[in-house]
Amino acid sequence: MSRGRGTLAGVLRRPAGAAAVAWLGLVAACALVSRVWTPLDPFTTDPYSAWAPPSAAHWAGTDAVGRDIASYLMAATGTTVVVAVSAGLVALVVGLGLAALGSLTARWVRDSVAVLIDVLVAFPTLLVAMALAAAFGGSLAVVVVAAGVGYGVTIARVSRAEIRRVLREDYVTAARAAGLGQLAVLRRHLLPNIAPVLVVQLSLAMATSILAEAGLSFLGYGASAETASWGRLLSDLQRYLGVHPWTVVWPGLAITLTVLALNLLGDAIRDAADPRLRTRTPVPTPEVTS
Amino acid sequence: MTLEIDRLTVTIGGRRVVDDLSLELPAGRRLGLIGESGSGKSLTTLAVLGLLPAGAEATGSIRLDGRELVGLPDRELARLRGRVVGTVFQDPRTSLDPVMTVGRQISEPLRLHEGLSRREARARAVEAAAEVGLPEPEQIVDRWPHQLSGGQRQRVVIATALITRPALLLADEPTTALDVTTQAEVLALFGRLVDERGAALLFVTHDLAVLSRVADDALVLSHGRVVERGPVARLLQAPEHPVTRGLVEATRATTWRAS
Repeated sequence: MSRGRGTLAGVLRRPAGAAAVAWLGLVAACALVSRVWTPLDPFTTDPYSAWAPPSAAHWAGTDAVGRDIASYLMAATGTTVVVAVSAGLVALVVGLGLAALGSLTARWVRDSVAVLIDVLVAFPTLLVAMALAAAFGGSLAVVVVAAGVGYGVTIARVSRAEIRRVLREDYVTAARAAGLGQLAVLRRHLLPNIAPVLVVQLSLAMATSILAEAGLSFLGYGASAETASWGRLLSDLQRYLGVHPWTVVWPGLAITLTVLALNLLGDAIRDAADPRLRTRTPVPTPEVTS
Repeated sequence: MTLEIDRLTVTIGGRRVVDDLSLELPAGRRLGLIGESGSGKSLTTLAVLGLLPAGAEATGSIRLDGRELVGLPDRELARLRGRVVGTVFQDPRTSLDPVMTVGRQISEPLRLHEGLSRREARARAVEAAAEVGLPEPEQIVDRWPHQLSGGQRQRVVIATALITRPALLLADEPTTALDVTTQAEVLALFGRLVDERGAALLFVTHDLAVLSRVADDALVLSHGRVVERGPVARLLQAPEHPVTRGLVEATRATTWRAS
């Protein structure tokens, strides 16, 4: 059994993993379908049906200007997916790049990079994003860069420690003694051994970037008015929280469930990818002695 | 294949951890390197492989069939490792990659040096597993290291070291982490395979009793220096140097306790 296929089966066997895959699949499907179809136009206002309760026409009701909340949520899914995936990629590249520089290079380089990582970790991601948005104007690109770099630094710190741990292992020396070059050792032994930690960190980075986008859009620094966003919807609806409290449940639920699903998926992949956790060790039968 | 080490000195931070070591190991011979922990015996094998830890420096000469290894670029050395020189490490619990199946581990040197396809490599891994006496070789190659016992894991390590039929085999305390019964089995297997292949064997250990089963001659190391050398039988019966005497005493003590 290949490790990849075994991992996928293992994720789906775990209830939390299967639920997470199902929810994220739904999110991805919504993001795709919303490009061509939503129940109603997400941006069309209709003052006569403002604050309509959930019904067959408006699945999740309408907001203050009569926009269909369900359609808007669906359209905003695309924004969330784009932000999560691109911020995750940025974080992975930044994190692995810094971690490699901080562990595989000459001593003075890796020591300086370690200090740099510690300094960068101290910067609060949201404040940096707000400063960037103030300088360059709010946009999703700012959110992606800020969240990606911000979480990338955390990934760098965690994976640097992991890389250093794995490189000290006997099986790395054994692989070198079998004739593997340094690059081959990285590819065949280092990456597979740090992958579980990377996956968890990546899922956290994606979840955090969704929260960052929602938060920044909520504060007005993220998605522009033409871009549908869960955070922006939450921000629009919370002004009427005293009058129509149930409406904020929809974007709130969407954000919470997606972040939760990403965390659960990361954990499920980590557990399923470790052959020591996946396969049962045969327990030797104790010998009976008289 | 003859291994000649001439005046090898390994320094770490100015300290000589291997001091002026010379030895000659012709094809088909088995040489023991014995000493207490910290006597520099493991570093000697790492020096032969060109895999000394960062900060350690080797001077002197290590020649394999006349070819100088000290100062050879890593890429050249990598071509010898695993193909001409096989290595068995001490602890099978840590020297196998936990996330690589047993079969892929065994065939890794083959895939690397002979460029075999995955299917061919698996077939050869099954053969090798059968040769070292692993049970159900067809199935065991798809298992993970943690599913195997210590003795089975060390058989996997031995199969990995021998699969390319290296002319020189380095064994760094290959039975220390095993229980006594398994130790005897693994040693017997080891001796048989080395014989069959006519490989030269450099066997590192701190246990004279173990050494007497596999090696013809031995060097006794203490603090990086060779303090005594000679046939293992002679070292056991008439040790001259105090360190050797200490090792013989230790052997008697364990033998006495075991019986």
